[in-house]
Amino acid sequence: MVIMTTILNMLLLLFLIVCAISVAKTRDLLSAIIIFAAYSLIMAVVWQQLEAPDIAITEAAIGAGVTTLLLIATISKTRREE
Amino acid sequence: MEDIIIRMISRISVPFIMVFGFYIILHGHLTPGGSFSGGAVLGSSMILFALAFDLEEGHKKLSHKTSTLIETGGASWFVLLGLVGIYAGTGFLANKTGGFPMGVPGELVSGGMIALITLGLGLKVASTVITLFYNLIEGDSHD
Repeated sequence: MVIMTTILNMLLLLFLIVCAISVAKTRDLLSAIIIFAAYSLIMAVVWQQLEAPDIAITEAAIGAGVTTLLLIATISKTRREE
Repeated sequence: MEDIIIRMISRISVPFIMVFGFYIILHGHLTPGGSFSGGAVLGSSMILFALAFDLEEGHKKLSHKTSTLIETGGASWFVLLGLVGIYAGTGFLANKTGGFPMGVPGELVSGGMIALITLGLGLKVASTVITLFYNLIEGDSHD
């Protein structure tokens, strides 16, 4: 059981790093925002694994929800390409 | 943007998201979460409604003026509850000595005024998120 949890945590952290690098590398800003939402969702699961469910709820609501919506609203006001 | 699938799904799921937000807010003293998390869930449910339908539909449900009023009202509610303690003769935000009933620990009605404070702050956070979104979407057209 412990080894399965360790494997899950390793996969989550790997996905987190891949998301963080690809957000910085993506030229299309809408794609970058969607990858950033996925980053926030994985980060919420990581907070849950770190036994901080309070922060996990906040991260899922603010990071994956409100931040994405506000950034997409900003894109609709400005340009999509970098 | 006329999309029947997005509209139906958001019409079905928005009430459940709102109930979950109120659950997080009202159980703030018992379970993980509290005013900030629950308020963010509440606010994002309203943003989802305004995005899936038009902005005018969202304004019909909750106008910009009303959300600003709720935002200022939440902060005033916090200060008023704090002043109850001073009125009772102890310090600001006094809970048990301010005369609030304590209840049984672990049940929903417990913790004195914590649930009332969390309700006010949760509504304030929700309306802050909505006002932020309205301000950004409306742009220069709003005064």
